[in-house]
Amino acid sequence: MIWMRLVAVAILFAGIGLGWWVYSAEIGGTVSFRLGLDLSGGTQLVYRANLSAIPESDVADSMAALRDTIERRVNLFGVAEPIVQTEKSGVFAESHEERLIVELPGVTDTEEAIRLLGETPVLEFRMLKEGADASLELTLENIPTLFESAILTGRHLKGAQLQFSQGVGALSEPVVVINFDSAGKQIFADVTRENVGRVFGIFLDGVPISTPVIREAIPDGSAVISGSFTPESAKELARDLNFGALPVPIELIGTETVSGTLGGEAVARGIEAGLWGIGFVALFMIFWYRVPGLLAVFALMLYVVAVLALFKLIPVTLTAAGIAAFVLSVGMAVDANVLIFERMKEERRAGKNGTEAIRNGFSRAWLSIRDSNISSIITAVILFWFGTSLVKGFALVFGLGVIMSMLTAITVSRTFLIALGTDSKSRFSRWLFNSGFSKS
Amino acid sequence: MFIVKYRNIFFALTGVILLVAMLSAAVFGLPLGADFTGGVLAEVRYEGARADARAVEQALAERGVTGFSLREAGDNGYILRAGNLAPEMRTTLPDMFSLNGVHNATIVKLTEVGPTVGVELRNKAGVALALVLVAILFFIAFAFRKVSQPVSSWVYGFIALITLCFDVLVPVGFFAFLGSITGAQVDVLFVTAVLTVLGYSVHDTIVVFDRTRENLRLNKEDNRKEDFSDTAGRALNQTLVRSVNTSLTTATVLLALFFFGPESTQDFALTLLVGIIAGTYSSICLATPLLVAWERYRAK
Repeated sequence: MIWMRLVAVAILFAGIGLGWWVYSAEIGGTVSFRLGLDLSGGTQLVYRANLSAIPESDVADSMAALRDTIERRVNLFGVAEPIVQTEKSGVFAESHEERLIVELPGVTDTEEAIRLLGETPVLEFRMLKEGADASLELTLENIPTLFESAILTGRHLKGAQLQFSQGVGALSEPVVVINFDSAGKQIFADVTRENVGRVFGIFLDGVPISTPVIREAIPDGSAVISGSFTPESAKELARDLNFGALPVPIELIGTETVSGTLGGEAVARGIEAGLWGIGFVALFMIFWYRVPGLLAVFALMLYVVAVLALFKLIPVTLTAAGIAAFVLSVGMAVDANVLIFERMKEERRAGKNGTEAIRNGFSRAWLSIRDSNISSIITAVILFWFGTSLVKGFALVFGLGVIMSMLTAITVSRTFLIALGTDSKSRFSRWLFNSGFSKS
Repeated sequence: MFIVKYRNIFFALTGVILLVAMLSAAVFGLPLGADFTGGVLAEVRYEGARADARAVEQALAERGVTGFSLREAGDNGYILRAGNLAPEMRTTLPDMFSLNGVHNATIVKLTEVGPTVGVELRNKAGVALALVLVAILFFIAFAFRKVSQPVSSWVYGFIALITLCFDVLVPVGFFAFLGSITGAQVDVLFVTAVLTVLGYSVHDTIVVFDRTRENLRLNKEDNRKEDFSDTAGRALNQTLVRSVNTSLTTATVLLALFFFGPESTQDFALTLLVGIIAGTYSSICLATPLLVAWERYRAK
């Protein structure tokens, strides 16, 4: 008994600590909830890739190149935490499709988002300004001040290949060789002849890829980019250069834009609904089940805190549907408690004393709790598979909620009840542990 | 147990509810939303008074938007549903709503779904529904495999399935009615609501069946002879308060979600609420009576 009481107190403190962490991490912004586009405001664009010109064996590579190119462009616009991913249409589509999904939090003008992504990427060769410090770490802010405007662009690029050069000590080093067209060849020859010893930068979509030093004039229209490449990164760079333009044509097939105000409202209203929901359920539990009900409310609080902490730690992307799932799960979380309490009442009627009634109530209700929750978990798994990102959010929260509520009901409520356990037979204590309108 | 005793009355009541639900679905129809057909859903808000609906409709028609429906939303907004837009229409959409800048209109939400995505999702929704039903049938048949007397575990599963069909049809009928009032269309959230109702209401059914299973076992252990209808009726009685209380707490949070929650999930909360009430009804007034009726039929 003493042992159970210690555990109960420990659980309480753990709950308070966890609650404090959730609160301070949110206020301090260290580990914030991850909000989906419908809550944070933003734009989602769905593209279909046109792969008619791509052989089957290159599809995966092309899609990866497409994703990387788009990702680089998105990063260039300074969008915070963009998500760029490829998706295959499932078995249930009419025809096979490769899709690209771009999520841009904070961009709430659909047209603007489309325009940003639709722009052809730029490959640029830019000279480092004379006297500029080449050892500075390059950022998007200092590039314009450090580099001159472009002398050569991707328009003059004929192609790029991965090669292995014989380095010092006969170690082969992966390098990227680029070839210019005839106009580019001329410009490049002039520039390199006049600027031996200076540094230039190669930029793709404004991001520096490499900043080599010009060692000698290069008249043949080819340049070697060497650096600390691995064979993979060199291959990637060659691919990026060759695919300076998008590797596959894409076509917009869906958009979703939610304004920040609407998202903010949804969050505020979601929190309000959650608070009212928890409040109503708590009141109901205390009025109907009295002392055990109060303990169930503690367990419920612990459930709420634990789930919120999980949302932050996993992290789960919350959508309006996810909030709905969470609020729903609060209503369902007490189910296990209700089952147990009803069972305890029966046990007590059958003449069992307090602690025994509690233990039997729990063990007898367990099968029902387990079987009924498995059906919900099955539903959650299927929903997750079915879902668009919106529904996935719902399914994930719903599934997590079911599992966590089951855990808190059978461990936390049980510990609390046994810790408080009273074998007193006074009328008042019987009343305290009774429920509803029943007299005995 | 009066529900088991007067089960024919409850069968009749169930029939009436089903009839109403199906009539509602037939009369009002279940228009598929942009999620499933492809198309545009735009929500517009006005700073100050909203523009005249006729004028907006005219502006939309003039710019070539076809097959659209415009509904008032809130005090100062509209919801537009239309087929897929040509790219240049997207640019001019704000102008259409502001009547070329006369009103201060903001598009707060714009969803466009391509037709191919819609078809895929539609097929997937059907498969998901079938999967949930089949998975639940198998799960119940498995969970109750040790109870085969006097009713086979598959019967438990099939009866659960029948109650689940009821649980689907009622919110479907309700949603058709709701749609006729508010213009709500079947979207991904509606399908989610229906699937969630399935998972939830089978809870209640399992709890009642589980109690029947336990009572049968105890009877056997104690060598007690009891009519199956009494055993099942007793189980129903023992779990009644629990079923009602759990549904009450769930209904409460759904009401909170409907009244205080985000607008985008209000229809969702309402559909869930109806589905969960239907689920509670069916697991109390339909599942066990059906079980008893089956056993009677077999005994003859």
